[in-house]
Amino acid sequence: MTATALVHDLGSLAEIPAGEGRAYDVAGRQLAVFHLRSGALRVVDAVCPHRGGPLADGQTDGRVVICPLHLTAFDLETGCAVGAAYALATYPAHVDEAGHVVVQVPA
Amino acid sequence: MTAVDTTLPVAADGRSKLRRLVVIGNGMAGARAVEEILARGGGGTFAITMFGDEPYGNYNRILLSHVLSGEEDDGDIFLNSLPWYEDNGITLHAGVRVTRIDRFARVVFADDGSLTPYDELIIATGSRSFLPPMDNLRTPTGALLPGVFAFRTLDDTRAMVAYADRSESRHAVVIGGGLLGLEAARGLQRFGLEVGVVHAAPHLMSAQVGPQAGGIIRRKVEALGIRVHTSARTTGLLGADRVEGLSLATGAQLACDLVVVAAGIRPNVDVAEASGFTVERAIVVDDDMRTVDDPHVWAVGECVQHRGEVYGLVAPLWEQAVVLADQITGRDPSATYHGSRPSTMLKVAGVDVAAMGLQGPERDDDEHVVFTEPSRGVFKSVVVRDDKVVGATLVGDTSKVSFLMRAFDQGIPLPAERAGLLFELGGPSDEVGAVELADDAQVCNCNGVTKGRLVACVHADATTVQQVMEQTRAGKGCGSCKEQVCAIVQLAGRGVIEEDPAANWYVPGIPLDKPTLMARIRELELTSVSSVFTALAPAGAEDAKSKMGLASLLKMMWGEKYVDEKDARFINDRVHANIQKDGTFSVVPQMRGGVTNVEQLRAIADVAEKYAVPMIKLTGGQRIDLLGIRKEDLPRVWADLGMPSGYAYGKSMRTVKTCVGQEFCRFGTGDSTKLGIELEGRLQGMESPAKMKLAVSGCPRNCAESYVKDVGIVAIEGGRWEVYIGGAAGAHVRKGDLLATVDSADEAKTLTGRFLQYYRENAKWLERTYAFVPRIGLERIRSVVVDDAEGEAARLDAAVQQHADSYVDPWSEGAKPAEPGQFRTALPLTVLPTVGVRA
Repeated sequence: MTATALVHDLGSLAEIPAGEGRAYDVAGRQLAVFHLRSGALRVVDAVCPHRGGPLADGQTDGRVVICPLHLTAFDLETGCAVGAAYALATYPAHVDEAGHVVVQVPA
Repeated sequence: MTAVDTTLPVAADGRSKLRRLVVIGNGMAGARAVEEILARGGGGTFAITMFGDEPYGNYNRILLSHVLSGEEDDGDIFLNSLPWYEDNGITLHAGVRVTRIDRFARVVFADDGSLTPYDELIIATGSRSFLPPMDNLRTPTGALLPGVFAFRTLDDTRAMVAYADRSESRHAVVIGGGLLGLEAARGLQRFGLEVGVVHAAPHLMSAQVGPQAGGIIRRKVEALGIRVHTSARTTGLLGADRVEGLSLATGAQLACDLVVVAAGIRPNVDVAEASGFTVERAIVVDDDMRTVDDPHVWAVGECVQHRGEVYGLVAPLWEQAVVLADQITGRDPSATYHGSRPSTMLKVAGVDVAAMGLQGPERDDDEHVVFTEPSRGVFKSVVVRDDKVVGATLVGDTSKVSFLMRAFDQGIPLPAERAGLLFELGGPSDEVGAVELADDAQVCNCNGVTKGRLVACVHADATTVQQVMEQTRAGKGCGSCKEQVCAIVQLAGRGVIEEDPAANWYVPGIPLDKPTLMARIRELELTSVSSVFTALAPAGAEDAKSKMGLASLLKMMWGEKYVDEKDARFINDRVHANIQKDGTFSVVPQMRGGVTNVEQLRAIADVAEKYAVPMIKLTGGQRIDLLGIRKEDLPRVWADLGMPSGYAYGKSMRTVKTCVGQEFCRFGTGDSTKLGIELEGRLQGMESPAKMKLAVSGCPRNCAESYVKDVGIVAIEGGRWEVYIGGAAGAHVRKGDLLATVDSADEAKTLTGRFLQYYRENAKWLERTYAFVPRIGLERIRSVVVDDAEGEAARLDAAVQQHADSYVDPWSEGAKPAEPGQFRTALPLTVLPTVGVRA
């Protein structure tokens, strides 16, 4: 990450059940944080660029998240929509020693 | 004999141990066979060499008529261009003709003097144009008389275009009034030529359709300005240096300066015959696609005779290539080819034509359903034998083609009323034929996908209907356009569309159909969605699009033993409310039978006021909908209402609509409200492959619209009740089928539950009853559900009872959330709601 990235602690990972996503407001950005069943984290923008759907409410399989409103699928690694010209920003995240979700967003 | 190394090739460095695969023929069959072999990892087994007569990569021969008509550029029809061969490590000898096979030495000789050894050999020499014997067809050098063209190859087409484009060309005659001939005639009109068609048989397209249909096609063709001569055999060509006309058996002569011969094709069997292979009408192969003479020599495509049949269409060739590849790579040694049931769907000279199987009845007890309307240019005929479609012809109106093709291919049940074979009588339909539809016509009205977009997708790289639906999202909304999407994709693919194996899977992520999937789940005792993925998905991979269907299935199968993983549930099922466009939810409390009271109305009014509900709406299912509730407010709203969930969100039993019935109505003959309330209590919350809407009407005036419900019950005079199933009045409109007339409300209740349980166990995911009932067939459903012919009734009844006994109102989760953050807002994190509110 570049020097301009800011690190945010979103609280305990236990707040996000495995396989699901939750939305967070991080320094004015709305982020959807997914706790994959593999244990990994994926963080993308919370708002679907298609019609504003709440992506944290979408279903995921670790590869994609599906917007609950019109079923647009987004690749969680790249943020790119599958079969449509939309894209989400993606953000690096990890779980720290305290079991907290830590995400980096550009300053 | 030249010394030829027939041992396995081991290069000097000892690295390469590839077996040598030689393919004679680089047409659609040869190239497809190689593609299938590569798809099975054959690139790691075989060093592949291909010989092609034509000096090109491999192109879609079917589209040559489009090149002639100018609809496509000749560059656009290539399936695999030259770099493809290089990329796949294939040695291509384009423009080189194999002259002989020595199958004892396992080597092929070519006309460039080369000799190529093989371990496995595929003959895919295809067909050539049949040029009927006629005087003066060839010049003394053996070449065709200038101005005379076959219509088989890209070179034929290019030469024809160049000749037609000459300013001195005025009149063209096409010999042969079949598909190819008519397309050639239509294509030649583009060059401003006067075009005639000379056909030896009594009616056009005699190989595909009968006389009546041929007559209708003739009228359409003539309306385009093409002169048609039937029962006209060409005996000779006129002209010395170049063609100036032709003479017919009748003695008549037609003047012309261009002749196209499109009188059929003949298999190319010369090499095989000269090399000692068994050739009858074509090269004889067994069910593995091996020649009967040599286990290391295979054959595929139009040059092949299998069980006495020689095919001239592309679909059988695809099926053969799959079997050949499975066998030659050892991927599936049990793969066998059993022959094809070819069908065609095409637009010829502006007329839609679909033909499959028999043209007319052949046995005394064959049923023949015919409709003809010459003034509109419509002809439809279906031949039914033993309740199966064995032949069909559609001209001018192909709206029923996708149903008929499925019926023909898969033997699906037919409507008892045979007119339904020819006309849309309700139910899933593709009213507008795929062909007639304009490119900019919207096909998927949910996701705004046009026909042009679907066609473009096929022309790009999609090879299955599923891929097209994935890429365009067509058919992914309400699903009512799926059949039409399939029809368009099939049409655009012109036969190159593959059958999608996933079409029979219950969910896309687990490669099993529903009965097999259920058997495996039971056998392995899989009670959670994640355990199903681990045990049954390829590489154990989760699939987001499969989760909801699996969750529903497992709940149905295991009941209380089901392990409810919230991430397997769609958001609606996670929070027991229906998500709206702004991320808020709608709340519909249960109101059994649409009957309410003062307490309920007061509670609803209080909640609406307290939470400033932006819209209160009466639903079509006779309930009250509170719209615009924030997710985080749901638990409090439910608590304040003090009413159970009305399930206005799930793939489940929704509501039982009733009329007033005999309690107040002066016409009522049965207590419809009582029965509706009882049914709703018994079936509440029942998960199902798709939503289930019920109704009970107190008399045949049918005020509760029972005829168009998944299950609709109607009281009739004499204390009896009619039970209808498979009705719909949403994206599709279908009147339900009368399942039974019973003597008591209790029997109606039992049959309703029993049918719905049968539907839950046997329907595909998202298959509504209006599609399920015709697919299974009313007779079969009746035998199981009413007559108990399979002894299943007691088990089905017990399953319904178990559901009723174990039912828990999901809104009780409001008091005790099932997981952290279950009702936390997801979006937006600012003030809600934002939906425009009506005053």
